[in-house]
Amino acid sequence: MTTWYGYRRPDGSVGSRNFVAVIPAVTCANDVANAICREVQGTVTYMHHQGCCQLPPDLDRVTETLISLGKSPNVGAVLIVSLGCEGTDHARMYEELKATGKPTEIIHIQELGGVSKAIRIGTDIARRLVMEISGIQREPADVSEIIMAIKCGASDTTSGMASNCVIGYVADKLVDLGATVIFGETTEFLGGEHLLAKRAVNEEVGKKIFQIVNEMEERAKSIGCDMRRGQPTPGNIAGGLSSIEEKSLGAIVKSGTRPIQGVLEYPEHVTTQKGLWIKDSPGREPEILTGMAATGAQFMCFSTGRGAPQGFPSMPVIKICGNPNTFENMKDDMDLNAGLIITGEKTIEEVGEEAFALLLEVLNGRMTKNEAIQYFSAIDIHCLGPVI
Amino acid sequence: MEELKIALKVNDLDNVATIFANGIKDGTEVEIRDKRGNKELVTVIGDVPYGHKIAVKDIHVNEQITKYGEEIGIATHEIKKGEYVHVHNLDSMRGRGDWEKEEKQ
Repeated sequence: MTTWYGYRRPDGSVGSRNFVAVIPAVTCANDVANAICREVQGTVTYMHHQGCCQLPPDLDRVTETLISLGKSPNVGAVLIVSLGCEGTDHARMYEELKATGKPTEIIHIQELGGVSKAIRIGTDIARRLVMEISGIQREPADVSEIIMAIKCGASDTTSGMASNCVIGYVADKLVDLGATVIFGETTEFLGGEHLLAKRAVNEEVGKKIFQIVNEMEERAKSIGCDMRRGQPTPGNIAGGLSSIEEKSLGAIVKSGTRPIQGVLEYPEHVTTQKGLWIKDSPGREPEILTGMAATGAQFMCFSTGRGAPQGFPSMPVIKICGNPNTFENMKDDMDLNAGLIITGEKTIEEVGEEAFALLLEVLNGRMTKNEAIQYFSAIDIHCLGPVI
Repeated sequence: MEELKIALKVNDLDNVATIFANGIKDGTEVEIRDKRGNKELVTVIGDVPYGHKIAVKDIHVNEQITKYGEEIGIATHEIKKGEYVHVHNLDSMRGRGDWEKEEKQ
């Protein structure tokens, strides 16, 4: 049996990290949340750009995503920073997070008399929360309690032939061990959705896969242009990917080969779901990483070819590089070299086993490269409608 | 003698292969290999950057270009065996809001 060690939360979930999350309820509260985090170690914040002057479905989406971030097992306590007049539902955030049993507090900048006072009071609260949860000890957890998020970014043609194959190997292995694996990037299903739909557990899930791809494609097409340069990116194209179809066919390799259980909405948090799931999300890092952390993933395996260094504040991100040249060039940002598959020095299985061993170490507390240098502030929440 | 460069053909249905090597110039000879171990020498037409593709057979205008055994686009020009295949002679079939806009006008 494979055991790892994590922080068990009141709802039974297990985290790989033990942070106090200082959550801005709206983008206008970012600077206060960030100032509090600078003062208190063991805290993280999410510098998003949403939460006001948006249509109600998007405001609900932002509220629910922020709640799900607070529910993440990597978060031990929460301080919500509200401005006071935002469009998100800060009262609902507080109630739902309090109900999880985690220590939860909220401050309102306008009510407290402004920024300086809110920072002072918020800092005192955050310090108390950190001291309260810092004594929690890691406990043994089963491999089936792992929730792995997967993603590829700054891809080139090595991604689909090396690093995504490694993640696919790990995804299959974790699914077989009873764990949960989440992949997304709906835009990068275009051209490969029929292959994913064939793996759906039932007809309904298969239809849903076609539906989310169609919705994403229609949103892109409504602008009236060729989506190239947006997807694939100039970097993807310079890396040899000629079309979204080619990018997608390489991208979906990372989902492995096991059946697809269903589709999660962007803000949705995993509770009892096991096996392989899709999170409906775009491919861009700031938004999908937020969506994946909201899922409750304890970590992410991130495949890259051109070299994408970003991480996420409360979710360790393991960078697996498929391009041997990039790995040499960006060694300080890349955690694992899958480029050795391209050079013929290692097999997918060999690097896959290395990735599996590394992910257990990361779950147990070993820092990833982007985590150690705190390269993770560029985050956002994916919304569907306009800012009005 | 310089080491022979390899062009990888992933699926039997593919009409392109990917070259993971630096310094592939017009006239370079590469060996196309597939998963069954079949090998074929071909002369590259055009300069091909690391990780980019060449045609493994002649491809005609509007013919499907196939990788992983699936459609990755259509040919916009006549493409010769060994020729560099990328956005200059391959058109994506998806996310084409520009085509829909033209139809509406």
